[in-house]
Amino acid sequence: MKMALRHVFVLLVCAFAVFPILFVVSAAINPMGTLASTDLLPTGASLGNVADLLTSDTYPFARWFFNSVFIALVSSFAALLLSMFAAYAFSRMRFAGRRVGMLALLLIQMFPQFLAIVTIFMIFTEVTELYPAFGFNTVWGLLLLYLGGALGVNTWLMKGFLDTVPKELDEAATMDGATHAQIFWRVIMPLVTPILAVTALLAFIGTMSEFLMANVFLRDPESKTLAVGMYGMIAGDHRNANFGMFASATLITAIPTVGVFLWLQKYIVSGLTAGAVKG
Amino acid sequence: MAVDVREAARAQGPGRPRREITTAFVVSRIAVLAVAAAILLYAVPPLIAAGSWVPLGVLAAASAAIAYLYLTRRFVAAKYLIPGTVFLLAFQVFPVVYTVTTAFTNFGDGHRGDKAAAVEAIQTGSVRQAPGSPEYTMTAALRGEELVFLLVDPATKQVSLGSAEGLSRLDGARLGATGKVLSAPGVSVLTAPQAAARGQEISALAVPTAGGLIKANGLSRAVEGKATLVYDAACDCVRGNGDTWTADESQGYFVNARGEHLAQGWQVNVGLDNFLRVLTNPTISGYFAGVLGWNLVFALASVLGCFALGMSAALALHHPRMRGTRVYRIVLILPYAMPAFAMLLVWRDMFNRDFGLINQLLGTEIDWLGGTMTARFGVILVNLWLGFPYMFLVTTGALQAIPRELTEAAAIDGATPWRAFRRVTLPLLLVALTPLLISAFAFNFNNYNAIALTTEGGPFPADSPQVGGTDLLITYTFRLAFGAGGAQFGFAAAISVFIFAIVAVISAVAFRRSRKQEEIYA
Repeated sequence: MKMALRHVFVLLVCAFAVFPILFVVSAAINPMGTLASTDLLPTGASLGNVADLLTSDTYPFARWFFNSVFIALVSSFAALLLSMFAAYAFSRMRFAGRRVGMLALLLIQMFPQFLAIVTIFMIFTEVTELYPAFGFNTVWGLLLLYLGGALGVNTWLMKGFLDTVPKELDEAATMDGATHAQIFWRVIMPLVTPILAVTALLAFIGTMSEFLMANVFLRDPESKTLAVGMYGMIAGDHRNANFGMFASATLITAIPTVGVFLWLQKYIVSGLTAGAVKG
Repeated sequence: MAVDVREAARAQGPGRPRREITTAFVVSRIAVLAVAAAILLYAVPPLIAAGSWVPLGVLAAASAAIAYLYLTRRFVAAKYLIPGTVFLLAFQVFPVVYTVTTAFTNFGDGHRGDKAAAVEAIQTGSVRQAPGSPEYTMTAALRGEELVFLLVDPATKQVSLGSAEGLSRLDGARLGATGKVLSAPGVSVLTAPQAAARGQEISALAVPTAGGLIKANGLSRAVEGKATLVYDAACDCVRGNGDTWTADESQGYFVNARGEHLAQGWQVNVGLDNFLRVLTNPTISGYFAGVLGWNLVFALASVLGCFALGMSAALALHHPRMRGTRVYRIVLILPYAMPAFAMLLVWRDMFNRDFGLINQLLGTEIDWLGGTMTARFGVILVNLWLGFPYMFLVTTGALQAIPRELTEAAAIDGATPWRAFRRVTLPLLLVALTPLLISAFAFNFNNYNAIALTTEGGPFPADSPQVGGTDLLITYTFRLAFGAGGAQFGFAAAISVFIFAIVAVISAVAFRRSRKQEEIYA
């Protein structure tokens, strides 16, 4: 009986979660391809919108897709490593400014970002002149910029997890003569794969839908990410006409994320486990 | 804070076994040096070429510090903190600090550069064709990478070359039938489309002459003109057109006797003026309380709503005999996997009165985003949809870290499930999740996208078009700072400082409270 109640509740939440997505699916396979003609349940099925999207000359969708996945994979991997280094120091070492450093990481995130964009624009105007390879319209410049956010709330998550890994393990390794680097790579890293999987997913999702910075940074159609490119797709008076294409693009964008989630799921459940609570 | 055993052992030194020099040790040091050298080799030449000595100095000092850090055996914690911190400093801390410093200036449209640039802009902007001066036939050309004008005097057919340095005689040019230059030694002539593509550069180039300036008029004519406004260093003023504008260093403008100023100004320090303006300007302070109130409601409702829904779903699935949890988890995570900005736009269209999905499903004709209360409800609902999967994910994990024995013990002691949740599970969850909740609060407090992509701050009442029903402080100030009046970065920066202070204070209070909780429960 109580089990049934649980199922009913979860099904209700699932319905809430799914119905806007159903609408997007319906728009994506709607043969008319316009917003006004879209209902919750599809009135017809065709892959015309997807075909339009992939063959479009105005919107190099495949290129955007590649850019987004590449940036998201590289930047979440690099951010993970940087964040893990910092979490290791915060969790295992005692040094002046440890608490202040942790707090500062949270505080910096609280500053309204949109104004910082003015400064970032000025920084990268200089960088573009000096080092075109890392300037505007380049993947590498945007990657550098994203690494600025590597330390943040994810570092807190990882530090919380590390606190639950027994200290005796690295003390034993120290006794055996291991250096701090050996402890980090050989003892700690294998034990923290779960939280790495979680933060990897969070970072991947965050980068895939990042819009504000990328919109300032990427102007050239070939260099755009999905978020920037798709926004342009329904900007202005294209809103109604391109809605089917936009919906297909939205669904295709979700595929890599769901893929990463399925791949990481087996780590995630046990990973968040210890992640947050101190044992 | 107690120093742990390992640290104490290290401090005593001699007791520690002597570490042998391994291959990995040597290889890693060589790798560090090689990477540092490669970065320097790449980064230094352009800086030298541009003569940017200050960045060069910073780069050299930073490289030296990093090389030392990784070659020495001391400062172990710093070795792990520096890689992330370098990026943090460059792309987050520096922009924030710079923004805060602009809050004390009048940086914005009309006040972008320094005074010399303003004087230059005023003088070149005031150039009018001098009476009786010739109208040259102009051909744009490139000398190397530099744009130059080839000017043909209509009377003498003499060709001159005009650049930003001045005018010089040019012999050996071949003229076409229209009087334009077809080719000339030492320069490559631009074709009409090429010239059109460089239209902005062409209209910006001013060739100084003895009595004034030669400027392009279109793409094939150039006229000599005189600046009607001239800067006089002796009185620190601009004269011309029968008036005098004196420099006012407190405003960053040239002002005349009637108090009018020239459009072009320069950046000056205005002290606390921007901050005072936020507090005293009636349009801003009049609405501030109302916007702040709704902003708090929005952020709290978003965080608590997402947390409550996400946690309920996680609790419902958290049972050993629950079936289908894998499938449920995937479905519940779907909203989080969809690109947020796209779904915000989709939600906006679902709320549309005429063809929106919500009205279709409910059979109503409500103008959801047109009324203040329904619009507020709408944006909170959208934010709930976007945010609850994250809370579901993190609570799912945190729940599994709470030993089942604790809740079982509570049940054996006769606690109802609700009491066991309230007294055991929830406090343990909160200890773990408070930092995430606080950061979610800060994020939603400044959630620009959630408003800008759905209601754009609207609906706006007819009598006060400045502030809309769903405006957050950040969307409201964004419009104030970059809206109709032109960009006012300095003023916007001052408002950001206020917003930051509000969020930081609320977060600090929440943190203190959670710390107390942690002492009790953990």
